Amino acid sequence: MEKDQVAITGGLIVIGGSSGSLDALLLMLPLLKKDFHTPVILVMHRNTTTGTALTELIASRTHLEVKEADEKDKLMPGWIYIAPPDYHLLVEEDGTLSLDISEKVNYCRPSIDVNFASAAVAFKEKLTAVLLSGANADGVEGMMRVKKYGGKNIVQDPQEAIVPFMPEQAVLSCEVDMITGAAGIAAILNEL
Amino acid sequence: MIETDEIEVLLEEAAARHGYDFTGYARASIRRRIETFYIKGRFRSFDEMKQRLMSEPGYFFHFVEEITVNVTEMFRDTSFYKCLRQDIVPVLATYPFIRIWHAGCSTGEEVYSMAILLKEANLLHKSILYATDINQSVLEKAKTGIFPVSTMRLNSENYIKSGGQFDFSTYYHANYNNAKFDHSLSERMIFANHNLTSDSSFNEFQLILCRNVMIYFNKELQAKVTVLFDKSLESLGFLALGNKETLRFSPINNFYKQVDSKEKIWRKTR
Repeated sequence: MEKDQVAITGGLIVIGGSSGSLDALLLMLPLLKKDFHTPVILVMHRNTTTGTALTELIASRTHLEVKEADEKDKLMPGWIYIAPPDYHLLVEEDGTLSLDISEKVNYCRPSIDVNFASAAVAFKEKLTAVLLSGANADGVEGMMRVKKYGGKNIVQDPQEAIVPFMPEQAVLSCEVDMITGAAGIAAILNEL
Repeated sequence: MIETDEIEVLLEEAAARHGYDFTGYARASIRRRIETFYIKGRFRSFDEMKQRLMSEPGYFFHFVEEITVNVTEMFRDTSFYKCLRQDIVPVLATYPFIRIWHAGCSTGEEVYSMAILLKEANLLHKSILYATDINQSVLEKAKTGIFPVSTMRLNSENYIKSGGQFDFSTYYHANYNNAKFDHSLSERMIFANHNLTSDSSFNEFQLILCRNVMIYFNKELQAKVTVLFDKSLESLGFLALGNKETLRFSPINNFYKQVDSKEKIWRKTR
């Protein structure tokens, strides 16, 4: 029970990305410190048929625990949760996760906007949102919501991003706390 | 920005006033749908919306239709349907009469998929498919057997991937933007309004399908609904859930055994 409480009163990191974001992630994740304790949610646009390949790939690059998110999972320190293909992944105010198969948002399911918006309500100023490389603007509205609830926004430097559109849109449309490369993002997350 | 308390009050008042109890729903998803409804309705305040919902039953039914999720496709999750076709349908074939319940059938795509499986196994004539939902307008849609022709390509691909051997287009007649499915498929279907949160068991079945419905419920409501399914299943009957759903945390778990290591189909062992 106490361990659960840590996750809820601690914070949450949500990371969204689309085309080109996997490279950034694979650079970032190994740089996270060994005793990294904040739970991390990854929402990546992907082909619905890729199955567990993404989870395995991510797990091979980090010493944190990695799992594909299940509904009712309780966010735990030191875990990375990956949004399953073809479901939206939402965060509840009690620090558990929910799945949803409703309409695609920005042609995407999982949608980064849906995840960020629910996480903003649940974690408020204890939320840190990260938006990486991508070819559409999913995540931008979510970041606006993050700010409304007092959370932090970090955006991958569009100059470094393989596909700069997504981080560019975030920089243009919402209040961003930090714009930096993948290594810089890891450094910031380590300091949280 | 809608406050969490406002959602709570709305759900409680709606249950008391209209008998639709959404208080057992996981909040993040229903909150998102209520917010969308609120924005679309251009209300001046959340209270204004709430008052209209409480005073106009017709408007409240519209609200129910909007906040429930009705996204589905035929033969969704093709490996699941392959398992149904190869492992479950042959067991059903041993019964003199087959009763199946699609709980939360939405616009009916899964019911028609099931009817196609049964027809191909030459079992449809001795089957009856109950299809229920809380949302009356999707039931009306499902009854017509008419689906957008634009979805047929995906449906047909799914059908083939799930082990279908025939030309999928023989099951429907395309007319402009619509595909109307053959009457022989729907004549064994019964559509009815049923609310999983408040209505009770109404028959005994050999197979119950409830896929991606309980993901919207909290743990307590999930437990209650799985008990309802247990009451509605014959001995050795099957319960099929969505890809990311499990019986593991349900009070009925001990009496069920998953039939396949991967597919979410359980068999009642008592």
